[in-house]
Amino acid sequence: MSIGHTLLGLLESGPRHGYDLKRAFDEKFGHDRPLHYGQVYSTMSRLLKHGLVEVDGIEAGGGPERKRYAITEAGITDVERWLATPEKPEPYLQSALYTKVVLALLTHRDAADILDTQRSEHLRSMRILTERKRKGDLADQLICDHALFHLEADLRWLELTAARLDKLRAAVTA
Amino acid sequence: MTRTAPPAGSLLAAQDLHKTYGPTTALDGAEFSIHPGEVVAVMGPSGSGKSTLLHCLAGIVTPDSGSITYDGRELATMGDAQRSALRRSEFGFVFQFGQLVPELTCVENVALPLRLNGTARKEAERTALAWMERLEVDDLARKRPGEVSGGQGQRVAVARALVTDPRVLFADEPTGALDSLNGERVMELLTEAARSAHAAVVLVTHEARVAAYSDREIVVRDGKSRDMERVV
Repeated sequence: MSIGHTLLGLLESGPRHGYDLKRAFDEKFGHDRPLHYGQVYSTMSRLLKHGLVEVDGIEAGGGPERKRYAITEAGITDVERWLATPEKPEPYLQSALYTKVVLALLTHRDAADILDTQRSEHLRSMRILTERKRKGDLADQLICDHALFHLEADLRWLELTAARLDKLRAAVTA
Repeated sequence: MTRTAPPAGSLLAAQDLHKTYGPTTALDGAEFSIHPGEVVAVMGPSGSGKSTLLHCLAGIVTPDSGSITYDGRELATMGDAQRSALRRSEFGFVFQFGQLVPELTCVENVALPLRLNGTARKEAERTALAWMERLEVDDLARKRPGEVSGGQGQRVAVARALVTDPRVLFADEPTGALDSLNGERVMELLTEAARSAHAAVVLVTHEARVAAYSDREIVVRDGKSRDMERVV
């Protein structure tokens, strides 16, 4: 996730102090990974340098944390461009699990065992996310759903691989 | 063959189950156990034997060999009438399709198991309505199954399965015919209701998102079962 673009987007609704920005970010997007203050201030000084934000006011007491930032026209254009650009689908072609399955077959170990153990581990994570969803608000539900669908995709691959183990064994040991 | 004793405190347990249909082996030494209030997912590919396992556990199908004990009693030593009584009063069932009687209203459908056990109509419908409220379908009480959506019908079916306060709920792909949102709500309500009633749930599913509502899973493959909790 682009922290710079996210902070810029948060500034579109009005100028904020660095501390406010961090709080707004953590509340909406930082569920498991809140921002460090250092990240906020280093990001803001970069955005300032590129003319995407400007200092809207400095409160008495000085120090970087007292600066209030506002988004510039260039900043708004930058957010628009970022929102309109699709994210690159990640193909996950370097699968550690695939490597383990092939190595198990090559060394005449039980590959189905590896897949069963992995399924169990995935389900463990899915149970935690499902529980969090039950107790959470809509934002929590959507974030957990995203993670759940990705884990489910892994499991669909796992089931398909389990069903094709005999073929795969024949192919890799040929 | 020597069998190990079922895990202490288990409500329903199966050991070394074998079942063949003609040349096809459906179960080949499958094991299972569940404690009161526990939700156990039975997973595995199509044709792996998971539905046969459920049917054996519920006393619908008799295994060729092996032992099934419910609350300390051996199912094989019970007569047909005793097994039927057990299914009616202590077990509840939810399937994927076609469970509701189309000629009856939804509340009559939910009250049906109580009526079959001899409860008076008024009382049976009052209890049925309370369960329909818990499943958030009480407003459909006077509608017929043909007038409600798939998700609503499935919640009515869950209410009917729980209306007798069963100690074990058997759910065979209960969300198989529903979209993600409806399936999820059915699972939430089903597991919440079962847990609060301290009923054990045997949940057959091939969907990981549905299995994520369970406490643990058993994987069935080629008629053999694997309890992942005891392996990992």
